[in-house]
Amino acid sequence: MSLREVLTPFSVWKRVLDAPVSIADPFSREASEHYRGFHKNDMETCIGCGTCEAICQNGAIDMVPVEGQNTEKGDSGLRPMIDYGRCCWCALCVDICMTGSLTMSNEYTWVDSDPDAFRFIPGLNEPWKDKQAGYKRENGRVLSGTTRSPMGELHANERIDNFNEICVGYTREEAILEADRCVECGLCVATCPAHMSIPDYIAAVRDQDYDRGLQLLYETNPFSEVCGRICTHKCETSCAAVHEGDAIAIRWLKRHIVDNVPLERRVELIGAPKPATGKSVAIIGAGPGGLTAAYDLAREGVKVTVYEALPKPGGMMRYGIPEYRLPYDALDRDIAVIEAMGVTIKCATVVGVDVQMEDLRQSHDAVILAIGLQMGRGTRIPGSEGAGVERAVDLLRRITAGDPTVPVPETAVVIGGGNVAFDIARSMARLQKIKYGRVGLTLTALEDRAHFLADKEELVEGDEEGVLILDSRGPQEVMRDPSGQVTGLRTWAVTSIFDAEGRFAPAYDESDEQIHQGALVIEAIGQMADTSLLGDALTEKLEWNRGRIKIDSEMRTSEPWLFAAGDAVKGPDVINAVADGHRAARTVMEAIAQGEVVQ
Amino acid sequence: MFSFQPDRSEYPQPGLDGKLEIDLETGKYLKLWHGPNHPGITGNMSVELTVCGDEVVEGKTHVGYLHRGFEKLMERRTFIQVFPIVCRVCVPEPDFNEYCYAAAVEELAGIEVPELATWMRTLILEMGRFNSYMMFLGGIGGALGLGITGQWMTYVRDLMLDRFEELTGARIYHMFILPGGVRGHLPEGFAARMEEVLQTAETYLADVDKVMFANSVFQLRTKGIGVIEPALFEPYGVTGPNARAGGVAKDVRKDSPYLVYDQLDFEVATGMDSDIFTRAKVRRADIQTSIDLIRQILKKMPKDGPVMAKLPNVLHWKIPRGETYIKGECSRGEYGYYLVTDGSGYPRRINVRGPSYTHAMALLEHLIPGTNISDVAALMVSLHTYPPEIER
Repeated sequence: MSLREVLTPFSVWKRVLDAPVSIADPFSREASEHYRGFHKNDMETCIGCGTCEAICQNGAIDMVPVEGQNTEKGDSGLRPMIDYGRCCWCALCVDICMTGSLTMSNEYTWVDSDPDAFRFIPGLNEPWKDKQAGYKRENGRVLSGTTRSPMGELHANERIDNFNEICVGYTREEAILEADRCVECGLCVATCPAHMSIPDYIAAVRDQDYDRGLQLLYETNPFSEVCGRICTHKCETSCAAVHEGDAIAIRWLKRHIVDNVPLERRVELIGAPKPATGKSVAIIGAGPGGLTAAYDLAREGVKVTVYEALPKPGGMMRYGIPEYRLPYDALDRDIAVIEAMGVTIKCATVVGVDVQMEDLRQSHDAVILAIGLQMGRGTRIPGSEGAGVERAVDLLRRITAGDPTVPVPETAVVIGGGNVAFDIARSMARLQKIKYGRVGLTLTALEDRAHFLADKEELVEGDEEGVLILDSRGPQEVMRDPSGQVTGLRTWAVTSIFDAEGRFAPAYDESDEQIHQGALVIEAIGQMADTSLLGDALTEKLEWNRGRIKIDSEMRTSEPWLFAAGDAVKGPDVINAVADGHRAARTVMEAIAQGEVVQ
Repeated sequence: MFSFQPDRSEYPQPGLDGKLEIDLETGKYLKLWHGPNHPGITGNMSVELTVCGDEVVEGKTHVGYLHRGFEKLMERRTFIQVFPIVCRVCVPEPDFNEYCYAAAVEELAGIEVPELATWMRTLILEMGRFNSYMMFLGGIGGALGLGITGQWMTYVRDLMLDRFEELTGARIYHMFILPGGVRGHLPEGFAARMEEVLQTAETYLADVDKVMFANSVFQLRTKGIGVIEPALFEPYGVTGPNARAGGVAKDVRKDSPYLVYDQLDFEVATGMDSDIFTRAKVRRADIQTSIDLIRQILKKMPKDGPVMAKLPNVLHWKIPRGETYIKGECSRGEYGYYLVTDGSGYPRRINVRGPSYTHAMALLEHLIPGTNISDVAALMVSLHTYPPEIER
């Protein structure tokens, strides 16, 4: 030990002159720009999906109702309440947030004498609500996938000269990847008219448990094979993932499950219906509404007879939707399961002709009317009466039936921008391609491209297949040559569709006139129900609501023995008809059980 | 100059088997609790001392004051939910837990981390090591009554915490190294501000050299005391600076380089005497290595690029069956995570190898007998113990 080692330590006395480094007032110290401080929530962007609650490992987040936030489509109406007695500020809730509404400020001091104050709902009135600084997720939403597994499709060249199904379905790998993205918030369940247990069956895909998936599907929808292909999938519009990325392909995953369970296995998995109750119900119309009600009632042990006017069951699913979207064998499999439950379907039996309503009333405990909208509406423009102008639903029905007299001219014009318009346009395009080797089809719609009523993919695929899609065109006259032959359609440009009060009143720019060549004009502007089967007496007796049979919320008509479901009374699509079918069946069961059905 | 040899003639002699017959009834012995709140250990842990006069004849370590059952908690949480917990396993140097856990998950789930993220991780780990050593220097000074190092080092550590705060969004539990990468990029101007901190640190460290390492009192109280015989390294699993101070140049960063250590230029500091002084000296050299490494990383790291890999949906993330052990060189030695997965959404088993476990529980009991009671605190600190990592 040297003297140096004794003295050296004293040299640091120079530090006595240093200014103190302690922060005298910690409350005024601003935290860094990215500090994970107190939570903020943008109430309007938040959809109450609850992924923040799901990921929180401390159980610090509860989803609670908040005044001023209503439950609506795609929004549970709940908002996160955070318990700062449990929160560890890991910000996983911010990272997983599906909309980016949940963020953090860089505030970190909060003094309150009330311990309950620290369980709070961010976004209401906290002082740091509008503070900009704070943790932001730099890498975007990385904790759950944002991009959809693409669905394999036939190329336009491969599909335009045939009616083969376009979508090939997911492979297992694609399905698992897609199912993985689901965060199980359940907002879709509320949106689905039939309230299918979507997150659960998606989980079944992830687990590769198709048996469980199929059982889940059949709990709410006996037309899963159909809906897995052509459902309007409103569920996907309320999917939490849609806010920052693609919605989960709910429809394709449903299809993937049914694609993976053979028909015999489906019947096995669903199990036998309940023992016969001795009751019987007649259902008029073998479309999705009628057959769903038939399935439900048969499962409950009711003897069900379905009367169908056309040669095969399925209604619009068979005679409206083209085969390239919904192959007939897929529909047949769904119907086969329903028949396996003991449902009798009497095809080519026209009520009002082959059998009378009164007979049905006499011989059954109840009757459900599910006749759909079978008659096309006309435009009533000059020249629209007579040969050369067809209604889309009639043509589609004839194409399905294999009618050899279906007119297939080299050029044709379709009026309408809904799914039916595209169905007939693309079907006709195929027939033209087969017959002439080229497509000569023009589709005109009132709406502009951004507001077409048809699904987005119809526009894309229609374009690919060579259909000339003209938007914002209002039909004015069907042009005919002196001999009366249709030569085309004259249209004006549309300037607006609705008036100031929101009523349908299209306005045109007459200076922008076009004539679209075509030997055939097809009207696809809507359908209506053919209720002539009811007969005069019953028609007189029933209550009506603007041309439709009036029903209450439980599908009862004004006659205690008669119930109605589907497009004819509600609409507008298969999944709504399925939901109606369930509701009608439930009401009928209750009515039968309580002896309410008075003959 | 000084020479002090206590008269031990009155002291109990060991029996033929070398063990002491301690009979408290004789009145020659006293039981003394050292801790559980004692500055000699960063955290809660106590040593039950049996003293005879001022000589410690037996020391039993007691832990459990901080037991939170983390390893068990992790088995009940999804893979992403484990992420906010792991840092808590070791309070003063939490980042190793984040790195080891993330790397283990990535290995078993087959996730490749972007290059920039590996550089960022290395940076974070070196910053954490630096801070951990700041606590050590403060602790060893405090244990010997040299309070000023504690104050200085707390200040310097605080400056580094500021850098942690701006980089990760938090000061203590950074929760920045997520499985798949890291949560963000370097803020604008970060390197310049870091350089300021490093320069400030170097001036204070130069003063620590003067006030502590060059201090005759410090030397007298630490040299030749608490010697770990190199023969004990293997059986007791001694790693890190504790082993390096005994001439064993063991360092996971060199021996099995992880992250980007193979692209960095650094030497492993060693010493020969294996006493308290040498262990402190090795750590002092390690601090300089860390400072150099931080500078190197900031200079060499890619300027831009992704920092997160694509993860599966973490809400139902399942990892195939497997097991792995990920290790790294933390400020106390080899830190490791043993992760077993069974194909479910939860870890089947996570075992944390914290070096404090071997150093402070088993080794300390071996080192204590024969020391002076006033040296126990310095001895404890010199092993650099963080009790939270003993009690996962």
